[in-house]
Amino acid sequence: MREVLAGGGPLARHEGPYFGDFGGRFVPEALIAALDELETYYRKALADPSFADELERLHRTYTGRPSPITEVPRFARHVGDGVRVFLKREDLNHTGSHKINNVLGQALLVRRMGKRRVIAETGAGQHGVATATAAALLDLECTIYMGEEDTRRQALNVARMELLGATVVPVTVGARTLKDAINEALRDWVANVETTHYLLGTVTGPHPFPEMVRDFHKVIGEEARAQVLEETGHLPEAVVACVGGGSNAMGIFNAFLDDPQVRLFGFEAGGEGISSGRHSARFSGGAPGVLHGARSYLLQDEDGQTLPSHSVSAGLDYPSVGPEHAWLHDTGRAQYRPVTDDEAMEAFRLLCRTEGIIPAIESAHALAGAIQLGREAQGWGQDGRPPVLLVNLSGRGDKDVATAAAWFGLLEPEPVVKADEGEQL
Amino acid sequence: MSVTDVRSATGERLDELAAGPAPRAALVGYLPVGFPTVPGSARAVRTMVDAGVDVVELGIPYTDPVMDGPVIQAAANRALAQGTRVADTLRVAEQVAGAGAPVLVMTYWNIVLRYGVDAFARDLAAAGGAGLITPDLIPDEGAEWLAASDAHGLDRVFLVAPSSTPERLASTVAASRGFVYAASTMGVTGERTTVGDRAEQLVAATRAAGAARVCVGLGVSRPEQAAEVAGYADGVIVGSALVRALLEAPDEASGLTALEGVVRGLADGVRGAVRAPR
Repeated sequence: MREVLAGGGPLARHEGPYFGDFGGRFVPEALIAALDELETYYRKALADPSFADELERLHRTYTGRPSPITEVPRFARHVGDGVRVFLKREDLNHTGSHKINNVLGQALLVRRMGKRRVIAETGAGQHGVATATAAALLDLECTIYMGEEDTRRQALNVARMELLGATVVPVTVGARTLKDAINEALRDWVANVETTHYLLGTVTGPHPFPEMVRDFHKVIGEEARAQVLEETGHLPEAVVACVGGGSNAMGIFNAFLDDPQVRLFGFEAGGEGISSGRHSARFSGGAPGVLHGARSYLLQDEDGQTLPSHSVSAGLDYPSVGPEHAWLHDTGRAQYRPVTDDEAMEAFRLLCRTEGIIPAIESAHALAGAIQLGREAQGWGQDGRPPVLLVNLSGRGDKDVATAAAWFGLLEPEPVVKADEGEQL
Repeated sequence: MSVTDVRSATGERLDELAAGPAPRAALVGYLPVGFPTVPGSARAVRTMVDAGVDVVELGIPYTDPVMDGPVIQAAANRALAQGTRVADTLRVAEQVAGAGAPVLVMTYWNIVLRYGVDAFARDLAAAGGAGLITPDLIPDEGAEWLAASDAHGLDRVFLVAPSSTPERLASTVAASRGFVYAASTMGVTGERTTVGDRAEQLVAATRAAGAARVCVGLGVSRPEQAAEVAGYADGVIVGSALVRALLEAPDEASGLTALEGVVRGLADGVRGAVRAPR
């Protein structure tokens, strides 16, 4: 299968613009010159050891890489008897998520391109915070587009971006979520492309973004692969990640793509359930289509209009998914399953209580996925050893405390329930 | 069938205007289907053609119109909220195809992809449509559409931008049929105070790349701008100013009156242009 997929080369180094039937550049002609320029600078940077050195130095001295892996035995008991669970701790990165890996890489490219302004979209705010951080670090002007609904859900992150010197523009059209923020960022980019770089935050969009963003995140999997080998003496039986646009998942999957014995699982936001229609599960409830510059799986109606997505997690609330994920799905190299809001929030609570780690609600979808895999995973151990699940903890939950507090009824005192006459409470 | 075997309804109209007793550029008018209503949009197109529009650009309302500014977005959102379907565009195209102007459909690509590229081309041709304008489809990604448009005899209007390289101008010109759409500025649809020098330079560069006909869109809203652009281009494309006339009207009847007035002004601008020698 690998040879067929990558034309004989390793899957981990597959280059765009196409991933099987997916990817491409479905954008206005006005953007093509900028995409070509970006690709040229990116390829030059890849061939220039000083670029890798500079990025590595920033990772080590600014982001705090390598991020550790943590075994979570008390949480693992809820996954299944004898299953070992390790978390890749991207939540410990500076700014609180994996997003900083990609942002620093792109920001260094922006400097090489001689542009002075960056724009970005953000859903949960993690990518916006990371972009605002890199812009401050490298003295770039920064505008962040965020759906108005998300500015309400993630008010703390809006304040963080503004403290870092970014201008946050609430988007008031459409569903006022991540999809609409990307539309506005694209409009800004078309108008200002000569001076502005669109610092896209995930592995979607037109070529070269899916490939480039993956490459900036593959450090996650490369570190985790070595760390699991050191801790356990073997590769994990499965790698588990949440999938919105799909950048954290692609970052950790990449190092394992050419290890066919390692199962790869992506968990999408099943929201209120697939049958409710209120979800963001593109593989369970979508079909191939084009949005935001790439052909991939997409939530759409029979006319090709984009359907509204839903998730308790702003970062997973997106109707499409990175094209490389679509390719891995169709070829069977990775499996994608939905996790409901309820399941994710239960896993969120569980990790807080059992391990003292408050995860991002996005990452809680991966944790809930691990719990879903529990029974299957018990049969995966080889040679009598316990199966190992490696879960990417893509971000921490500081930004989600208000959402979680509301979900669990911690913000308001519990209503006083009075007993009817004769009723015992 | 080769490209040269396919007749171009839009190209013939543009050539006719350029070769007439008073040679002039065409006025190309954009309106979205389903705004203010589906039957209302058909009436608006007829009004527009009667008032002097030479080529119709019929927009399919789309949820994610990244090349459109706020005016067209607002109209498209209203059309979608009222339940406008893609099939309505084919129906309106059929109703207005005989109104006296070739009817091009402007659509974002996922709409066509979902319908089926060949099926859409077949049904558009059957409805009397002249072809497609595709703002988010570049020829590099358009193999299926190139084949379907040849098979069904449809025009394919691709865009060029001030940022297009000479190589891209050449490949886009080679893939286009009918005319090439020159985006006057880097930006999205909407009214602007000036059209700018870059539009004229882009038209010249696109002609140098082999284009027989180049029309200019984005930012044209006033008669004097239309006259200026008609001086060097084969067509002047206007959208937001027409949509605004309908958007700001309290009811359909006054909207049509306002639309007629705006079109007449623009048509006068096009007719009064001083044409540069070709």
